[in-house]
Amino acid sequence: MLQTVTKPTADGYQPRHPALRWLEKRLPIGRFIHAEFVVYPTPRNLNYWWTFGAILSLMLGIQIVTGIILAMHYTPHTDLAFKSIEGIMRDVNYGWLLRYLHSNGASMFFIAVYVHMFRSLYYGSYKEPRELVWILGVIVYLLMVVTGFLGYVLVWGQMSFWAATVITNLFSAIPIVGDAIVTWLWGGYAVGNPTLNRFFSLHYLLPFMIVGVSVLHVWALHVVGQNNPAGIELQEGKDTVPFTPYATLKDIFGTACFLILYAWFVFYIPNYLGHPDNYIPANPSVTPAEIVPEWYYLPFYAILRSIPNKLLGVIALFGSIAVLAFLPWLDTSRVKSARYRPLFAKFFWLFVVACIGLGWLGTKPPDGIYLIWSRVLTFYYLAFFLLVLPVLGLFETTRPLPKSISEPVLASDPKWL
Amino acid sequence: MSRARTVALAALTVTLIGPAAAVLADEREAPSPPQVPWSFSGPFGKYDRGELQRGFKIYKEVCANCHSLELLAIRTLAEPGGPGFSMAQVTALASEYRIKDVNDTGEPIERAGRPADHFPSPFPNEPAARAANGGVAPPDMSTLAKARGYSRDFPWFVFDMFTQYQEQGPDYIAALLTGYADAPKGFNVPAGRYYNAYLPGRVIAMAPPLHAGQIIYDDDAPQTVGQYSKDVAAFLMWAAEPHLVARKRIGFQVMTFLIVFTGLLYLTKRRAWSAVLDPRGLKSSRGVLRGDRPIPRYRSSSPSIRSTANTP
Repeated sequence: MLQTVTKPTADGYQPRHPALRWLEKRLPIGRFIHAEFVVYPTPRNLNYWWTFGAILSLMLGIQIVTGIILAMHYTPHTDLAFKSIEGIMRDVNYGWLLRYLHSNGASMFFIAVYVHMFRSLYYGSYKEPRELVWILGVIVYLLMVVTGFLGYVLVWGQMSFWAATVITNLFSAIPIVGDAIVTWLWGGYAVGNPTLNRFFSLHYLLPFMIVGVSVLHVWALHVVGQNNPAGIELQEGKDTVPFTPYATLKDIFGTACFLILYAWFVFYIPNYLGHPDNYIPANPSVTPAEIVPEWYYLPFYAILRSIPNKLLGVIALFGSIAVLAFLPWLDTSRVKSARYRPLFAKFFWLFVVACIGLGWLGTKPPDGIYLIWSRVLTFYYLAFFLLVLPVLGLFETTRPLPKSISEPVLASDPKWL
Repeated sequence: MSRARTVALAALTVTLIGPAAAVLADEREAPSPPQVPWSFSGPFGKYDRGELQRGFKIYKEVCANCHSLELLAIRTLAEPGGPGFSMAQVTALASEYRIKDVNDTGEPIERAGRPADHFPSPFPNEPAARAANGGVAPPDMSTLAKARGYSRDFPWFVFDMFTQYQEQGPDYIAALLTGYADAPKGFNVPAGRYYNAYLPGRVIAMAPPLHAGQIIYDDDAPQTVGQYSKDVAAFLMWAAEPHLVARKRIGFQVMTFLIVFTGLLYLTKRRAWSAVLDPRGLKSSRGVLRGDRPIPRYRSSSPSIRSTANTP
């Protein structure tokens, strides 16, 4: 058995270095990397919206590395948490850099994941045969939402404390067992030291679960292959280019561009995305004038507050994320890419505007005109998934699809490749 | 779009946006603090040593009577990028403070301060601070310049991302310290409280802390309330963000590197892709890099499901 590996694999992998040959006989990791990240065929027409997978992998890595170092200096105690973070900012060598990389890194992570999700939506990447890739992605997103929230609480400023209070209180809307669940989540009868301790523990755990589900996400993707801007499946060899150097270099370039944006925030406007109140230590006896979550939760916060009944509001909040998991079956159209679905493209951009609008409304008090708009946009958010997508696929007129992706690529100006 | 539809849309827009504009006007009733051209704003911002030293003098002689600054060690006054006191000056300054401690036999004592000590607080605890100040505890000043600010509504907050406007805190503090005035007619200010245009709610518990000529400066800076306010606001920004100068300096190095590196990556990527870009086929016109190798055929027989074809 062991001798067989001296022969090249079907895709031409044959290690030359003796150390690699030694390794290959015992653990064929080189063959795996070669197959999945060197010769792996990628569609030749992928645009830069497809580099966000690589960007997200890097952001996850940065968050884990900076987070592990920050945890070495952080104290999860209600009396010391805020002070220990200020200690990191003032007295730990380059502590300010680690802390700003981590706090802004969370925002960059969410920017990247939202671009990644909207790209998927626009080009129909969630459709057969990639349903599971999408669902695993939704699970990753859900884990990210929870992890981001837990991390924000660890700062133990005023916004941290009150965000923890508001969000955990959502569970009290559950009939009969709601209050018991909230007490169980808190580890007491109010948000306190046990809450902070378990939030720290879970904030350390969940990123590794994100790593695990991300591996499944990429694995599932590599089984079925990537979607592409044309949204048609690959048909012949010339539709593809090998992962390395083509996708690799494009991903690295896209990632470097993203790092410029990240560095701009970290070094020049590190508190732009934060709330000033979170530089006030947590005080359970003083409620802030306004309680707002981090920007990446604002659309869901607006959805929650647009519904007058607490339980229904909570259902709408969780439903607005849960509905994503059913997307592959809610969209009835067989055409994937919005390029060939003009009507869908209009609804898609309206959906993007609705999400941004809900985000802005999340910062506003829920009354008067803001409340009306929140309700209009919440309705559209849910209707987009439950009404527009199922119905549109049955009635819309789509543009004719190209025979293969080489056809539009070779005929058109190649500079967008 | 037909004319009738345009008119209807315009009417709808006015109906929906109009009340929102009214709400915004209400919020703006509290004036936005004037934007001070701080030395530490922008990508190359640095603290002004003289300004921080004057600000520290105000903190020491005025603010410290009621406000704590507990997160700062006295030694940080000598750290690079800050007020730039010498270590000898800081040691002398620290010894002026009385620090509560215990001696070798466990008796509580008061000893002279050392640079490693934090600034001692004026009150032993929060209830004492509250009781001595008319029911409102003066906030700790360590992070105050980042914990205060004012709302930047659309579209200003979008522009701030590009102009790097991050000085809402010191602008607000400087404005607040100069914002004391007589209450307008009909505005009721409770006893022991003061009118201040810049505070949300406009009623402040702190008496006007600064008066012209109150603090004697060692340099020739004007001894006015306006100057005092600016100096102490700058000092508080340093107290809240002591590594700002290093951050912006390293930021410039990082940005320069990243922009050059990204440019090189772009050229590399373009070169590699030039083989694929050849519109006549898949052959490279340059014959360099790995892009000129024949592109392997798609290995799967099925168009959509790729087999894991690595069995030997």
